[in-house]
Amino acid sequence: MSEAISVPARPIRSASRVTPVTIFLWGLRIAALAVILYGSYQSISSGRLSGAQWRDLLIFGTSTGSVFALIALGYTMVYGVLRFINFAHGEVFMVGAMMAFYVANGLAATSLWIASPFVSLLIVFIAAMTTSASLAVLLERIAYRPLRNAPRLIPLITSIGASFTIQYLVSGLVGPSTKDFPRMEPLRGTINVAGSLIPTSRVVVIVVTVIVMIALYLFVERTRTGKSMRAVSEDQETAALMGIDVNRTIVTVFAVGGAMAGVAGALWGLVFPSLNYFSGFLPGIKAFTAAVLGGIGNILGAMLGGVSLGVVESIGPSLVLAGYDIPAFSQLKDVVAYAALVMVLIFRPTGILGERLSRDRT
Amino acid sequence: MSLLSIESISKAFGGLRAINSLNIEVDQGEIVSVIGPNGAGKTTFFNLVTGMETPDSGNIVFDGHNVVGLRPNQILELGLARTFQNVRLFPTMTVKENVMVGQHCRGKAGLIGAIFKTKSQRSEEARIEARAEEVLSFFGTRLAGYRHDQLAFVLSYANRRRLEIARAMATEPRLLLLDEPTAGMNPRETIELTELIGRLRDEKGYTIVIIEHDMQVVKNVSDRVIVLDHGEKLTEGTYDEVSTNEAVIEAYLGRPSERR
Amino acid sequence: MAQVTAPSPARPVEVELRPAPPVDLGRAARLGLIGGVAMVLVAATGIVGTFQTRLLIDPILPLGLLFLYLLAFAFGWMAGKPPAALEGFAPARANSRNLVAGALAGALGGLCVGVLAALMSTFDLRGVFVQLSPQLLEILTFGLPLGAAIIAIVAISAVAGAIGAGVHLLPIRLKRSLLPALVWVMMFALFTDLVGQLFAGLSAEFLTDFLFTGRGGALTIVGAITVFIVVFVAYWLLGGRETTLRGRIEAMPRGQRTRFSLIAAAVILIILWFVPKVMGPFVSQVLDTAGIYLLMALGLNIVVGYAGMLDLGYVAFFAVGAYTGAILTSPQSPAFTPQLLLIVAIPFVMIAAALAGLMVATPVIRMRGDYLAIVTLGFGEIARILFNSEWLAPIFGGAQGITNIPDLRIGPLQLSTPQDYFYPIFLVVLIAAYVTYALQNSRWGRAWMAMREDESVAEAMGVNVVTAKLSAFVVGAVLASFGGALFGAQIGSVFPHSFDIVVSVTVLVIIIVGGMGSVPGVALGALVLIVLPNLLREFSQYQFLFYGVLLIVMMLTKPEGFIPSKRRAQELHADELSQDAWLDIYGDKPTTDATTTEPPR
Repeated sequence: MSEAISVPARPIRSASRVTPVTIFLWGLRIAALAVILYGSYQSISSGRLSGAQWRDLLIFGTSTGSVFALIALGYTMVYGVLRFINFAHGEVFMVGAMMAFYVANGLAATSLWIASPFVSLLIVFIAAMTTSASLAVLLERIAYRPLRNAPRLIPLITSIGASFTIQYLVSGLVGPSTKDFPRMEPLRGTINVAGSLIPTSRVVVIVVTVIVMIALYLFVERTRTGKSMRAVSEDQETAALMGIDVNRTIVTVFAVGGAMAGVAGALWGLVFPSLNYFSGFLPGIKAFTAAVLGGIGNILGAMLGGVSLGVVESIGPSLVLAGYDIPAFSQLKDVVAYAALVMVLIFRPTGILGERLSRDRT
Repeated sequence: MSLLSIESISKAFGGLRAINSLNIEVDQGEIVSVIGPNGAGKTTFFNLVTGMETPDSGNIVFDGHNVVGLRPNQILELGLARTFQNVRLFPTMTVKENVMVGQHCRGKAGLIGAIFKTKSQRSEEARIEARAEEVLSFFGTRLAGYRHDQLAFVLSYANRRRLEIARAMATEPRLLLLDEPTAGMNPRETIELTELIGRLRDEKGYTIVIIEHDMQVVKNVSDRVIVLDHGEKLTEGTYDEVSTNEAVIEAYLGRPSERR
Repeated sequence: MAQVTAPSPARPVEVELRPAPPVDLGRAARLGLIGGVAMVLVAATGIVGTFQTRLLIDPILPLGLLFLYLLAFAFGWMAGKPPAALEGFAPARANSRNLVAGALAGALGGLCVGVLAALMSTFDLRGVFVQLSPQLLEILTFGLPLGAAIIAIVAISAVAGAIGAGVHLLPIRLKRSLLPALVWVMMFALFTDLVGQLFAGLSAEFLTDFLFTGRGGALTIVGAITVFIVVFVAYWLLGGRETTLRGRIEAMPRGQRTRFSLIAAAVILIILWFVPKVMGPFVSQVLDTAGIYLLMALGLNIVVGYAGMLDLGYVAFFAVGAYTGAILTSPQSPAFTPQLLLIVAIPFVMIAAALAGLMVATPVIRMRGDYLAIVTLGFGEIARILFNSEWLAPIFGGAQGITNIPDLRIGPLQLSTPQDYFYPIFLVVLIAAYVTYALQNSRWGRAWMAMREDESVAEAMGVNVVTAKLSAFVVGAVLASFGGALFGAQIGSVFPHSFDIVVSVTVLVIIIVGGMGSVPGVALGALVLIVLPNLLREFSQYQFLFYGVLLIVMMLTKPEGFIPSKRRAQELHADELSQDAWLDIYGDKPTTDATTTEPPR
């Protein structure tokens, strides 16, 4: 064998602590910051938009962000429990929105739509929530439960497959055409809030979101089921040993997340009255961004992340991009959202309120 | 001069102080055992030395280099290799491939070389393979012959432990850190491994630091024993000195160690 | 998938075997209902209606209904499957009860379709479900009155289910001849154009006239029976042999095996040489597309299959290749028109792709798997939106793209037709396959795999994960960019809408269906998943639906793919190979001895 008793010392090839990657990332941070600051300075100093217009953008962003926040809840809750990104959650939202559309369309043909808009909306919401919740539970049962102990990427790939399947099933069933949500007269006006006129539909979105969020918060913090949800997200095995039915809890998580996506779907119809089978993809990605931004696994974080993302997305193009005289900068709205996603994941994967889940080594 | 010197390192996880101003010296050619009750910070100590975690304060000097803040692969390149308490092989790679990964840092063939199969790449590949076979032959018939092409997860538990040691050996280390190498082995395998650890020093010239719960093994292999408790060094000395030390007995009292 | 296998013959079986439990009829009923939902969806998404126009065998077998009742067959097969052998139980045998289970599943499935038909004849559902037209009702009910139709549907489904279950009752040799024969008949019937073209290319049109109703027509009954008999007999004879071809090749001594594989490679090359000449422009075009996807799949295979990083924005590198190639070669490029030859432009394409690879990879290096997937998806979408934007239109042409890309010219050779392009595309594919193979067995290939298995241990064992990840991304990006450049040259133009997320997902489906990490698997995946939908025009509008379902089904049942790499195949048999002492429930072989005395298995 080897006769060498003492192994000679070896020169080290790369003992540097500062790697090119670190330098690159710092460069990226600084560049991003510089781009944002200079653009904002340019567009604010140009005075292109008045204070009122900025405020409108802010309100627009907040209401869109509320919808993102509701969808983000599904991502964040499922991630909290299963440590897995349910890529098909955007489709759960889309199916809820579709259901809302068909129910609203049916009601719009009756006298109820005019006579009592509140009851009509309630029916629309319940239909959308039930549909989305059932779909989410179905997905869990068929596609995810058998893979619970599989390597991490396998359920993720399955959920991509589920996302495609749902999209094209919907396209096949109801046709690929874009559907127009029926108008509801009482929602077309504006409401005077503190001296400024805000579209009623936007107010409704924000109010409904706040109510639903509070209800959810109470559910998770105060009820037995909520407690078992938190226990399962801490440690599945221990929770099971403590007598918690893990399967049932996970189903509940999917159902609640799905119901939230259903509410979001119905609200979406009030704000953006056009819808097709692909409408779930972008809001899904953005809601995921919102979930990460707020700190994935954290319910309050989802709310915070959703609203921040909505505002960034609505103000960002006018604030930053307009400063560079970019033609048709509204085309780049989604780039702002994706860039926010990338930046958040690169520089603060823990989010605003999150625990350190994104890099753990297990 | 000592090969490895740990100068008052500390590490806390949240409020828990896993390692608290620890000082340890390891000399060239020694076999040092680190013992202590569960949660004493032994594995954290290994993680800090190998760069898998960064200490909050203190220095770790290996062979004249301060390794704090270096990436694990850079530290390994200096000649500091380890095994893991809960065997972490590359399960769907073959036995030989597992060992060949250990040689990664000693090679320099690039992508272009691999694609065009240049002469230097081929000779390096042959060297890596020969080296891997040589390391595996160190374990006698245990990891020989047809086992080379078996996937690692197929191996028995004892063989997985052996393969982990082989993989660490393939990195051509100067200091080998073994984290509970005999855990989960039957008495016969334990004796065999104890002999093997001695051979690792005598034939290969490695300096060895070993975390161990089995006092028989500790007694048989170590030149020196270091006792950790609550992240601090309780005492150190020969096995006999340590095993009669009041403080050590107290630290262990009422806490049965895993397998005695 | 942990499945308990029967004790190996080496162990003395002392336990008295209990009879296997019979087929579970409750499970069969559940499967039947699931199958029914699937059948209803197939009808309601319009698949039945669209496929109905295609006659498989003239005049008796339209594809639409066949597809519907194939589902009944499949669920009958599942319902009638004898349960897996359990330790301590005798192996289950199929009997008439299995047939009942199959028939039950089929009948329940049929009942669901019957209910759909009843609903359709009572209400007009087209307000919501656009495909539920009277024509579809006519197809589903065979033009019979509702009551009779429902009975017929249930009866046919039950028979289909029973036949599906009956497959388990067949002797193995019969089964191995019968199923391929049926599959081949299906292939002949589905790919009439392909087969016709093949016969025409081989100047054997008389075969076309004999098997089909005419040039481009459907298979005749006589034709179907002929194909069936020929294939059946061939497989029957093959099935009688003791060893498979693969076994024989593996048994060859080393020198002979090398010679054999050289000859095989030569034969394949010669066949490839003649493929475009025989197949004509249409099929060649489809094969070119498949080749470009195959190229991308080989690249993504390195990133996902070897290095374990799920890149969902892979299409961005394809786009970078296409746009770089277009800008450097086209006279219509908006900003900058060097009008290089593509051959000269290729190094620049590679450099651009490598830089793009570094750009994407550097930020994601420290990111965990699922986050990495989403960030790369974000990068892919950003790239597409930027290529599409007004802002960068002065460089990339915006939505109008870049047109007028000159054809590939190599020396005096000017390529123009799809047949011409077949050669450079497959040359690059072969090179890529070689590169993949060479890298797999190299220092970096091992580093990638180690990183895929356990990143932090790989790092602790000396793998520089930063370099390893960057290099995987760069190699993958360069391969995709070749595909992009060839794609642009062949089509003659690049538009941003060609670089949609669905391309990334399609490539992902290819490597997953074929088998991650396995080059032959990836090749098969590309052929099946790209060639099939392009040749079956009815199929193409449901292409992505099928991809989605395929992804789910593969992940649930066969995550290692159809042609798994060797190590994946071994993984599948983990239970048989494992020698862990604590798993050895018989305990008659202490591991200490077993490790030294056991022969290789």
